Amino acid sequence: MTSSDQATPVRPDHRSPRSARRPPLLVGTLALGGALLFTSLVLISSGVPPLAAYKLIFLGAFSTPTRISDMVMLASPLLLCSCGLTLTFAAGLYNLGIEGQMILGAVAAMIPLRLLPGLPPPLLWALALAAGAAGGALWALLVAGLRVGLRVNEIFAGLGLNFLASGVSLYLVLGPWRRIGQASSSGTEPLPSAIWLPTLNNLRVAPAAPVIALVALALIWVAVTRTRWGLELRAVGLNPQAAGRMGIPAARRLAESLAACGALAGIAGAIQVIAVFHQLIPSISSGIGLLALLVVLLVRANPAWVLPIAAAFAVFTVGSVQMSVSLGADSSIAGVLQGALVLFALLARGFSARR
Amino acid sequence: MKRVFARWPALLALALGSLLAACGGTPASQPTKAPTAAAAATAAATSVPAATAAVTSAPAATAAATSVPAATAAATAAATTPADDAYVFGMVLVGPINDGGWNQAQYEGMKYVESRIPGSKFVYIDKVNPADRPNFKVEQGIDELLAKGAKFVVTNSAEFSDGTNIAATANPKVYFVHASGDSVLAGKAPANVSNIMGRMEYGKMMAGCAAALQTNTGKISYLGPLIDSETRRLVNAAYLGAKYCWTDVRGKPADQLAFKVTWIGFWFNIPGVTLDPTQVANDFINGGSDVILSGIDTTEAIVEANKATKAGKKIYAIPYDFKAACEQAPEVCLGVPYFNWGPTYLKVISDAKAGTFTQSWDWIAPDWTNINNPDTSIVGFEKGKALSADNQAKLDDFIKKLADGSLNLYTGPLSYQDGTPFVAAGAKADDKTVWYTTQLLKGVDGQSAP
Repeated sequence: MTSSDQATPVRPDHRSPRSARRPPLLVGTLALGGALLFTSLVLISSGVPPLAAYKLIFLGAFSTPTRISDMVMLASPLLLCSCGLTLTFAAGLYNLGIEGQMILGAVAAMIPLRLLPGLPPPLLWALALAAGAAGGALWALLVAGLRVGLRVNEIFAGLGLNFLASGVSLYLVLGPWRRIGQASSSGTEPLPSAIWLPTLNNLRVAPAAPVIALVALALIWVAVTRTRWGLELRAVGLNPQAAGRMGIPAARRLAESLAACGALAGIAGAIQVIAVFHQLIPSISSGIGLLALLVVLLVRANPAWVLPIAAAFAVFTVGSVQMSVSLGADSSIAGVLQGALVLFALLARGFSARR
Repeated sequence: MKRVFARWPALLALALGSLLAACGGTPASQPTKAPTAAAAATAAATSVPAATAAVTSAPAATAAATSVPAATAAATAAATTPADDAYVFGMVLVGPINDGGWNQAQYEGMKYVESRIPGSKFVYIDKVNPADRPNFKVEQGIDELLAKGAKFVVTNSAEFSDGTNIAATANPKVYFVHASGDSVLAGKAPANVSNIMGRMEYGKMMAGCAAALQTNTGKISYLGPLIDSETRRLVNAAYLGAKYCWTDVRGKPADQLAFKVTWIGFWFNIPGVTLDPTQVANDFINGGSDVILSGIDTTEAIVEANKATKAGKKIYAIPYDFKAACEQAPEVCLGVPYFNWGPTYLKVISDAKAGTFTQSWDWIAPDWTNINNPDTSIVGFEKGKALSADNQAKLDDFIKKLADGSLNLYTGPLSYQDGTPFVAAGAKADDKTVWYTTQLLKGVDGQSAP
């Protein structure tokens, strides 16, 4: 993360791009080794053969076309959220409110779907995605307002708004948007299949979703690394006061990065509605925003690495689904591996920076 | 730099913590080991009467004989399937297999089938719900079982209806049963899907009757799951049983009976999403109710009744779904209406194995010759220790009247909460009217969500 790169006036050589090129490999190896060791210990202690487990975790997602499609459909919203978080991390913000932004995006996407189901589907999808982006951005702007206006730390503002967002979606699912004759937190009436984002024959993959995610990734990569706006954003992330003195509107950049992140999370939420669940469920975000936080912690807001890491995390999650049926173990082991990877990456970075 | 590194692990811990909290919703209550052990014991006991076992497994044996060529053909065709030539059947469960309720009863039913079809293999995936498996749909669960070679899949929760139909359309050679659903009745199911449900209304009438016989305060409460036509009709049945035994057996005035339902929002506790059933049970107790009927998958009602009784109050509970549920706290248990899925699943799975699967919507009554016969009756009622001997006799009498048809509680006039008629005076409700109950009955205090 950029914010860690700032405070080393003592050893400026360490910051130079040339010497910064070697550690990533070392850090990566250390992190992967440490994480595998740790996960193996967890596996062995719960009586699961580690090799069989790793085979499922790493390769399980590729075993059938359906699983590949599940992996793609998880990677797409994960990628969108990771892109958004790349922006906020570049600006030095910890946007833990991303789950709420995703939920509000999903809720907002439901509005055109419910009000105008008769529109031609492509128009309806565009409307749903736009509404999702708007909903997520508005929710993120609340965080920005609290942060910039009232100096409420964005972590707490975001977490608080996450609870509020869950409350909103739960209220809608159990209240005004409930199925006729029912009141169940399992979800709203499924959307008519005519307005589902089209899927490939017999698979659950909607090709539009990964395309949207990849386009977003390309845009974010250009914005962060190739534009003045991105440069200013990183400057604000390094030191808002200094950036302000340089004439950069720091507060504005913070708000912009949050809004953009919220919009991307909102699009992810909309995709969850029109392409994955085909209904609104209370937990529509499904922890994807939090998983994206881990992705971005691991790649240090470097957009070039977002795609492989997000894809790898999706592979682990989908692959580990088979753990319970095949090995009688809990599939949350993917979460252990993902968390351990981030933890050991941070540790390895800490050590290599100290040396 | 130090400051920065101090912040990261804290952030990571926070993110990981929330992620794990989001993923690892704990099962609502920790079921004790007692029910499982007891279930194993009863299962063992039930297999002793060799005569009945032989009767039920005879068709299975012929089925096995006829399907041998088919099985070998399948085995040679699908060389990728890891299983040898075992007939694999599976189940997708919404909750954990040891929940002491609905899911455990379903699981035991499938184990019954596995033990009676020689060379068969049961595979399952449980906890398919948004708290335990976020971003995971029933179709994915079904695919996992199909990847294990399953030729027959049971899905066990109402909200699996759409997903089951989608998976069945995509896998026309696999047979499916969606338990508790009605998409066959509604004409929305593909031809390889059947629906099975037991007529638990009778079990709930017995539960309501037992509650009304034993209550001292006249206040009965019902711990409800989510609201749909199934849960409404079960609450109504419990109320009808309670009202009958309160007025006709005990001779008390109807207006002195209070019957209240509180819905938690799902089949079991999901923290932050549903109401907490432990809390709701305690609210019932604090509100003066002395019998709690459970309508949810898990065991909070009996657990909390037991705690309150240990603390000096006299609270009874009637759990639900699973035969051994009373053993959690026998001293407070008036009885349990339970499902015994084994014989029904054995029949439909044997048929599918023999290639004679026919689509149907089955709403199956208890075996009235002996509702507790483990090899014939889909619905039973196990009387609890806390029900007094006198009341046990009265309940037996009530069950006898239900069995011989001399008592039909769905006899009009009955009206819904808002006054619209449910059954006209003198008429008897037909199956569809009961199945698609749109409201709670007049006299029940609680939300209908029509």
